[in-house]
Amino acid sequence: MSITVIYTVATLSAIGTSAAIILYFVARKFKVNEDPRIDEVEGNLPASNCGGCGYAGCRAFAEACVKASDLNDLHCPVGGNETMNKVAEILGLEAVKKDARVAFIRCNGTCDHRPKTNIYDGATTCSIASSVYSGETDCQWGCLGYGDCYDACDFDAIELRSDLGVPKIIDDKCVACGACVDACPKDLIELRKKFPKERKVVVACRNQDKGGVARKACSVACIGCGKCEKECKFDAITIENNLAFIDSDKCKLCRKCVPVCPTNAIIEENFPPRKIKVEEKEECRTAK
Amino acid sequence: MLKTFKKGGVHPPENKLSAGNPIEVLPLPASVFIPVAQHIGAPATPVVQRGDQVKTGQIIAKSSSFVSTNIHSSVSGKVKKVDFQADSSGYPKQGILIDVEGDEWVEDIDRTEELKKEFDLEGAEIIKKIQEAGIVGLGGATFPTHVKLVPPKGMKAEVLLINGVECEPYLTSDHRLMLEKADEILVGIQLLKKAMNVEKAVIGIENNKADAIQLLSQKSKEYEGIDIAVLKVKYPQGGEKQLIKAVTGREVPSGGLPIAVGAVVSNVGTAFAVYEAIQKNKPLFERVVTITGKGVAKPSNFRVRMGTPTSALVEATGGLPEDTGKIISGGPMMGRAIASLDVPVTKGTSGILLMKKEESKREEVIACIRCSRCVSACPMGLEPYLLMTLAEKQIFDRSEDNKIMDCIECGSCSYTCPSSRPLLDYIRFGKGKVGEIIRSRKK
Amino acid sequence: MSNLYTVSPSPHIYSDDTTRKIMYRVVYAMIPALLWSVFVLGVDALRVTLIAIVACLAFEYIIQKYLMKVKPSITDGSALITGILLAFNVPSGIPWWIIVIGALAAIGIGKLSFGGLGGNIFNPALVGRVFLLISFPVQMTSWPATRQSATDALTTATPLGIIKEGLVNGTPIAQISKDLPSATDMLLGNIGGSLGEISALFLIVGGLYMLIRKVITWHIPVSVIVSVAAIAAIFWLVDPQNYINPLYHILSGGLMLGAIFMATDMVTSPMTPKGQIIYGVGIGVITISIRLFGAYPEGISFAILIMNAFTPLINTYIKPKRFGGN
Repeated sequence: MSITVIYTVATLSAIGTSAAIILYFVARKFKVNEDPRIDEVEGNLPASNCGGCGYAGCRAFAEACVKASDLNDLHCPVGGNETMNKVAEILGLEAVKKDARVAFIRCNGTCDHRPKTNIYDGATTCSIASSVYSGETDCQWGCLGYGDCYDACDFDAIELRSDLGVPKIIDDKCVACGACVDACPKDLIELRKKFPKERKVVVACRNQDKGGVARKACSVACIGCGKCEKECKFDAITIENNLAFIDSDKCKLCRKCVPVCPTNAIIEENFPPRKIKVEEKEECRTAK
Repeated sequence: MLKTFKKGGVHPPENKLSAGNPIEVLPLPASVFIPVAQHIGAPATPVVQRGDQVKTGQIIAKSSSFVSTNIHSSVSGKVKKVDFQADSSGYPKQGILIDVEGDEWVEDIDRTEELKKEFDLEGAEIIKKIQEAGIVGLGGATFPTHVKLVPPKGMKAEVLLINGVECEPYLTSDHRLMLEKADEILVGIQLLKKAMNVEKAVIGIENNKADAIQLLSQKSKEYEGIDIAVLKVKYPQGGEKQLIKAVTGREVPSGGLPIAVGAVVSNVGTAFAVYEAIQKNKPLFERVVTITGKGVAKPSNFRVRMGTPTSALVEATGGLPEDTGKIISGGPMMGRAIASLDVPVTKGTSGILLMKKEESKREEVIACIRCSRCVSACPMGLEPYLLMTLAEKQIFDRSEDNKIMDCIECGSCSYTCPSSRPLLDYIRFGKGKVGEIIRSRKK
Repeated sequence: MSNLYTVSPSPHIYSDDTTRKIMYRVVYAMIPALLWSVFVLGVDALRVTLIAIVACLAFEYIIQKYLMKVKPSITDGSALITGILLAFNVPSGIPWWIIVIGALAAIGIGKLSFGGLGGNIFNPALVGRVFLLISFPVQMTSWPATRQSATDALTTATPLGIIKEGLVNGTPIAQISKDLPSATDMLLGNIGGSLGEISALFLIVGGLYMLIRKVITWHIPVSVIVSVAAIAAIFWLVDPQNYINPLYHILSGGLMLGAIFMATDMVTSPMTPKGQIIYGVGIGVITISIRLFGAYPEGISFAILIMNAFTPLINTYIKPKRFGGN
C-alpha cells in the first residue's frame, strides 16, 4: 500500500517539477519588454475600466499616457486632476488642469409637467421606443424614461424614478465617464462643470420646437424666448433652434436667469434658500 | 400542390372582414396634410408657399434626387402652411397643409372611367412618366418605382412579378382592386413590362382570393405574356424575396436585390397607378385604403386622397368604436401603431386597422424556453432568439455574423413566440446598429 | 387615460400559443402513462407522483420567493412537469423523503441555480434522478413487483438488469430469456420498473399527442430510438448468443420515456432540426454504449445529461439554412 502512495507522490511531483521548468523557459522566451511605467501609471488609475477617457480601459489609457509627449488630450475623468497629477509626476510631464464634470439629464418633463398622450407597449428600452416613435408624450425631444442611461451606468449613479418618469443623476456617485451620454437616444445628457456643493443652474430642456408647440407638449419646456439670454451678464447663455443653453464653463451661478424664465425651464439645484422639494408620487411611467 | 415559399412562415387568422365590400370613394375632407416624404429616399422639396392656390394633381413638392419622387396635391384649395406634423413614423415630418376648396383637377388629367388599352410609348418614356407621376411601391415599402425599373449595370430583368398576395391579415385593398380594376391592372402590367423590356409577367395571388384568381386568369388571356400563379396561403408570402421564391423557385442571395435572380416585383396597386399615370395622365394622389377591425361597424375599402387624416376614414365607417385601444397604419404584422387620428394617409398606407382594447396589449414577457418556434417560423432562416439576445447585450459583431441584416422584419418570430418575447423589437434595434457599423466601415 | 391609444412596434397580433399552454400539453401527454402505472403498480405510484409534484412546486415557490426574491412562477407548469417526470423516474416503493431530496436537487440545483425556467442547461428531472441514483443506489433500484406478478417476490429486477447481469457473467441470452418478460408485455407495460418506464405503448400515445399539438417535433425521439436500434441490431446480428435483439432494447427501460419526454425538453435541446438529430443520435449512441459496456444496466439518463451539455455547442455550430445563403 505504502509503495503505491510513494509511487503516486513521486510521479505527481516529477510531473509538477517538469511542468514548472518548461513554464520557466517559456516565460523567459516569450517575455515582452514593456515600459515599466505603464504598470506604474495603471496603478494610479481608478481601475474602473469605464472608458470615460476614450480608451478601452485603464491599461490602454496608461499605455497612451506613456507613449504621449504631452498630456493635453489625456484626462481620466474618474480620477480627476489628482490622478492626472500623479500620472504626470511618474512620466515627468505636465498635467492640464481640467474641471471636474458631472452628468445632467436635460429634461424636466415629469408626468405632471408633460401629459401622456399615448401608451407605449414595446420592449422597455429607450433606444427601441425611440426607433418606433417620438414617445409617450407630445414632446419628441424629451426623456422616454425607460432607463438606457441607468443600464449604461457602471457606478450606480443614476436612479430610476418611476414617480417622476425621468431618471435622476446622483452627483456624488457620478464620475463623468460619459457612458450615459452615449446611451441616451435623445441626446439629453450633458457633462457639465461640477460646481462646489453640487450647485447648478441648467436649462432642463432639449425641446427645439417653436414656443407654442413646445409649451403645449410640456409645461416646463424651453420656448426659446431669449429672456434668459438678455439677463445673463456672462454670455453663458445662447439660444439656438428655439432652445436656450447655459454653458457651464461660463456660468457663475448668479441665478438671475432662473426667475425670468416664463416656463420655469431653468432649474437651480442645491442652493440653500430655494431648495426644490420632491414629493413621493405614484408611478406614472413604467420603467424597469 | 400549390406553390409557396419553403422556409418558415406563419398562418395568422386572416380576418379579411372587408373583402366583400366594393371600393367606395371617400368624401373630401376639410383639409389635408401632405407629407413631403411619402417614400423611401430623400424627401421632396416643397415648391408651394402659404397662400398659394393649388389644383388637384398639381406638383407641390419636387423630387430632390434620383431616389425620391414628386408629391402632387390631392385636392384643390389654398395652401395654409408648410408645417410639421407626425406621420405614421411617429415623428413630426415636413408636409403641406391645404384647405380644401371644391375639387378642381389639373386640365390634362383624363377623368373618365373608360378603359384605354393601347399605348405606343417607348420604355424610357414610360419610366419618365412614372417618375413624374410620383409613383412608389404601393405595397407598403414605398420604394420609388422608376428606380426599380432601371436595373443596375450588368444586370438584366427576365420576369416581372406582380404581387397580388396581400398576405397581411385584415387588409383587402389589393384584393378589391384586382376585382374591380382587373383590366387596368393588366394594362399597367403591360406598361411595366415594356418599361423594363421583359417578355413575361406573373401575378402571384394566394388561393384565399378565388374570385380574383378566376377573374384575372380569364382576363389575362387577352393580354400577351401574363400568367397567374396561385399560391398557398402563408405569411409573409408578399415579401419580395418570398414571392420570388414561391413563384420562380429562385432564392435572392443574402444581401442581394431581386434583380440578382432576374426578377422585379411590383404590387398590383402600383400596376394600377402606372396605368392611371400613363393612360389617364393622372399622378399618384389617391389610393385604395382598407379600414377595418373587429369593432368597426362597417369595414370598408375606400379610394382616399393622400393627406386625408385617419379620422376622416374612421368617421366614414361609422365612427371610432368605443373600446379602440390601438390604431395601426398598415396591416397587423408589419404596420405601425399610430398615436393619434390626425396621422395622414400617405402613399404607403394600405390600410387602417382599429384594434380593440383587449387585443391591444402585449402579454407579459416571460423567459425564453428555447422552443425554437421562432427559428422554424423565420422565413429567412435566421435564429431570432439569438439575434434578440445579441442585440440586448449589444454584441453587434456576432449579430452581423448571424445575418441580422437579412431580417425582413416580417414579425413571424414575435407572432409565434409563446413567451411573448419582443424578438423583433430587439432585432430591429440590432439591425439599425449593425447597419450604422457597416455604413461607417464603408466610409 | 381611457382615450389614450397604445403604441408598440409591429407585429400587433400574436398566436394564441403560450408557454403555459405548451407546458400543460406536456402534462396531459403524461397522464396515460401515469394512469397505467397506477393500474399496474397500485396506489403507491399515485403516492410517489403526488409527493414529487408537491415537493417540486413547494421548492420552486420557496426558493423563488425567499432566496431569489422574485415573483414565484409555479403556475407556469414547468415545475409540475419536473415533478411528474421525477416520479416517472423512481421506483414506486421509494421512501417519501428520498423523493423530496430528489425534488430539491431537481428544482434547486437543476433549475433555479441557473436562473429558473429557460436558464437551465440540464433537464431538471434528470438532475434529480441522477442525484438520487448516485446517492441512494439501493432504494433507486428496488422495484416492487407488479400487482399481476405471478411470483410472490416483493421486488423484481428490470429486464435490463437481468440482461446486464447476463452480459457481465457471460450467460447466453437463451438461458436468461426465461426470466425476461415478453416484448408484448413490455410494450403494454406489464412489467416492473420505475413509474414512467413500464409502458412503452402509453408513452408513445403521449408522444403522438405532443407531436400533433406541435409541442415536439419528430426529430429527437426518432433519432434516439433509431440510433439505439441500429447499434443494438449490429451487435445482435454479429453475436446473437450474447446480445439481445434491438426490439428489446427499444421497449425496455426508460428509453421511450427518455426519448419522448426528457430528451425533447425544449430548454435543454438544440434549436434546429439538424442539431436535434445530432443530439438525438448522440443520446442513442451513449445510451447503448452504457447499456452494453457500462457499469449501469440503463444509460439514457446519463446520455441525455451528457448531450444537454453539448446543446449550446450544437446551437453555436449548427445553424439553420439561411435564405439565399450558400
